[in-house]
Amino acid sequence: MNIDELNARLVESTVNEQDYFDEFQQYLTFLMNGEEYGVDILRVQEIRGWEKCTVIPNSSDYVRGVLNLRGTVVPVIDLRVRFGLANAEYSQITVVIVVKLRQDDKDKIMGLVVDAVSDVHALKRSQINVSPELGDNQNSEFIQGLGQVENKMLILLDLNNILD
Amino acid sequence: MKKILAVDDSASMRQMVSFTLKKAGFDVTDAKDGVDALAIAQNQDFDLIISDVNMPNMDGITLIKELRGIDKFKYTPMLMLTTESGLDKKSAGKAAGATGWIVKPFNPDQLLATINKVLR
Amino acid sequence: MSVDLSQFYEVFFEESFEGLDAMESELLGLEPGTPDNETINTIFRAAHSIKGGSGTFGFNSVSEFTHVIETLLDQIRDGRRLLTQHQIDLFLQSVDCMRDMLNCLRNNEEPDVELAQPLKLAFEKILNGDETPGDDEAPSDVTPATSTLDTHWHISLKPGIDILKTGNEPIFMLQEIAELGDAKIAIDVSLVPMLNAVEPDNLYLSWQIDLTSQCKEEDIAEIFDWIIDESEIEITQSSNLVDNKDDAGDRLPVETENTQDSKPENLTNASTESSAVVTPPPAPKKEATQSKATESSSIRVSIDKVDSLINMVGELVITQAMLTQLTDGEFDKSKLASIQEGMAQLAHNTRDLQESVMRIRMLPISFVFSRFPRLVRDTSKKLNKKINLVLRGENTELDKTVMEKISDPMVHLVRNSMDHGIEIPEERLATGKEETGTLTLNAYHQGGNVVVEIVDDGKGLNTDKIKSKAIENGLIKESDDLSEQQINELIFEPGFSTADEVSDLSGRGVGMDVVRRNIQALNGSVELQSVKGKGSTFTIRLPLTLAILDGQLIRVADHIYIIPLINIIESLQIDPSKVNNVGGEYDVLRLRDEYVPIIRLHQAFNHQADCSKLTEGLLVVVESDNGKVGIWVDELLGQQQVVIKSLEANYRKVDGISGATILGDGTVSLIIDIIGLVKLAGLRKAVRVNALAGKQDAGAR
Repeated sequence: MNIDELNARLVESTVNEQDYFDEFQQYLTFLMNGEEYGVDILRVQEIRGWEKCTVIPNSSDYVRGVLNLRGTVVPVIDLRVRFGLANAEYSQITVVIVVKLRQDDKDKIMGLVVDAVSDVHALKRSQINVSPELGDNQNSEFIQGLGQVENKMLILLDLNNILD
Repeated sequence: MKKILAVDDSASMRQMVSFTLKKAGFDVTDAKDGVDALAIAQNQDFDLIISDVNMPNMDGITLIKELRGIDKFKYTPMLMLTTESGLDKKSAGKAAGATGWIVKPFNPDQLLATINKVLR
Repeated sequence: MSVDLSQFYEVFFEESFEGLDAMESELLGLEPGTPDNETINTIFRAAHSIKGGSGTFGFNSVSEFTHVIETLLDQIRDGRRLLTQHQIDLFLQSVDCMRDMLNCLRNNEEPDVELAQPLKLAFEKILNGDETPGDDEAPSDVTPATSTLDTHWHISLKPGIDILKTGNEPIFMLQEIAELGDAKIAIDVSLVPMLNAVEPDNLYLSWQIDLTSQCKEEDIAEIFDWIIDESEIEITQSSNLVDNKDDAGDRLPVETENTQDSKPENLTNASTESSAVVTPPPAPKKEATQSKATESSSIRVSIDKVDSLINMVGELVITQAMLTQLTDGEFDKSKLASIQEGMAQLAHNTRDLQESVMRIRMLPISFVFSRFPRLVRDTSKKLNKKINLVLRGENTELDKTVMEKISDPMVHLVRNSMDHGIEIPEERLATGKEETGTLTLNAYHQGGNVVVEIVDDGKGLNTDKIKSKAIENGLIKESDDLSEQQINELIFEPGFSTADEVSDLSGRGVGMDVVRRNIQALNGSVELQSVKGKGSTFTIRLPLTLAILDGQLIRVADHIYIIPLINIIESLQIDPSKVNNVGGEYDVLRLRDEYVPIIRLHQAFNHQADCSKLTEGLLVVVESDNGKVGIWVDELLGQQQVVIKSLEANYRKVDGISGATILGDGTVSLIIDIIGLVKLAGLRKAVRVNALAGKQDAGAR
């Protein structure tokens, strides 16, 4: 699916939200280092292609900088670096998912760099395996649960307080 | 839709009254003092007028007296918003032509209950 | 239906603060006696509105406190009482008290009712003192302990069948009755018809009420004032009088105004309470919360500003339509000139629009000035000084945010001038001056700045004392030969503690260094001039707005930053022969009389730089909070006005960066915070030491 299609579905998803509310939760899924991850679609504002942004001095390595989102200054986080994944490269299909999330008790808008966007999936609560034992994985605090769609496993994320 | 003119010099009270009445389905116009209200009332008709008493420029009692003097408002219900302390001189309001009063402080439900009865 | 009242809180707070400001300024102009009608009405109305609003919105602590004030004001307004100086003072104190309470509520804190208690008691004392001794039928809500006789009343109430239609609500009347005393209410439903005959708008009920109260018949009758014509009401007194001293305190508040209406003779003993002893309320708890709370989130804009804005947008739309037409369809070279013209028009419109939008945030400085008459009045009283306050340029406009932040530094400077500048009357007379000192606050625009001067005609700064203090604190050495101006400016140095000069007023643990730092944090500056024996002048210079700044774009490698132009003193190429390294820690450039520590921006910000030798780049010399500092960059780019955007809104505070902006090409550029950068580079101390060294060298020549 390309970015335009996905952006169109984002608009749709907010319309359909009511119908699905009780049973389903929709996730936007994306790829990082070959794995498929998902975030709650209601948090996603838009998806854009990767572009260079303005570096913030002395910031953590996963903070790529800030970009201009129609007049608002928005930080961009490379989720791959944040999760310590290998091969954080920037290519034609590298995208930035713009999400609204909680950070230090405030709603903030941030961009997340991922390898590519994948799809939109509606998952029933029963399809989500909440907080499996993940041992001492440093990313476990952001993992909400694991979801099963067809034969794929989705890693569902809750990215509040992604900035440390 | 019934039309109501709400007069109060306090912006918060004015907003509260208009919001409550609009939410209840009335067509509300507000005014910030007697002079303002009188100017508005010259050009519009209202089914009910609610006015605070203590206001700058023209107080509520003078306003009601003036409005009663206008033909189209001769029989319009006019309610005064007064404080329970009586510092607002209820009897003077009645003499001026007010038909009833609502005691401050009041909550939105009390306000609506009273108004619904008047406008039934 | 549920209405969320909290949505009206902010409006209520704002109008209440405005009301309190109005109350305060009117009170300051009041003289004891029978005040001018309009003045006392304005004061009364403000108190009345605050009481009404706070009651409605559930802020009972405020409405209860305001109640006694309103009662006393009403009596003064009606001429039933003479206004005394003591009352004016009490009213002023209650303005402060209400402000504190409202500030607490606005911050979602419960106000400390105890703080208001002494004032409330003082008012109650006045209200009681006015009652003629033995006047036992006129009870007061504020004298619950007064021993009076209760009367048993029997009330028979049969309201007219139509009263509901006129907006009269028997429940309210019954509630009012219950407030008069101990009421037993029995309902009579015998007149209610069969269900099929019930007209829902009609009132078929009647009541029998037994009331035990200290009230008079008129008090009861007054409740039924509105329905008396169409209703059958009988009020009879059942004979037995009971001494009811003990449970009087349990009673709900009762109003006395109507009984007093008939007794204008009370006026005669009205001023007796001026000797009453009053415990002044404790000083406001936290100044910090106060200033925080005054930074309100909404703004009132005059219609003409909005109109001009609408006009501008209208023009903009016309220009846009013209351009659209030109670029629609086939493009033709002949249209080029018209397009250029259109673009010029667009640029013009945009600039106008920007100016108009900025004007919305501009408010006259009188909002800040208005707090000074009170401050000067109270302070001069405390200091036993006679001070006349002169306000000039009150209509000078500046940005709302700047205004909110300039207030505290100004208060500090004004207190300082009153405390240390203006002499006591005897001293002034002895030196041939007028007995009364003059303190002038003057505001005006100059370039893109607003200038505020605080001028006193006092004794000027005590240069000798400042010098010895500075030596004592190690800021300068005995041998240093500094000019008078250089010595005077030492009062802005962080290490210059005025510990033994600390008075109750200016020495609140905040030094002049904080004043200067706060002003610099707003991209402003403060200067002083002092003439011994003649007085001193503090000049604050601030940008008109915090939303836009004039910036110098600079480049380090491929990063573009912005340095506020107001901070920049000069930019130069470094002459390596004038650079010394200090203790292997940092480089210092000798620039004429001064030593300027160098910050390599790429190092502070952890970037790769193009230039490696100091001679290759450029040094931008800027003013920091305690001296000059040079920022070494690769290249100077253009200057432009930039709109300041928050970096914290979606990210967090970044050391050395005050905000962000968006450049013409749509990219984000960060704005350098000089003071933060100096701190980040670990050069705070170095900057000060070198600045002082420069001053001393200059003095030595």
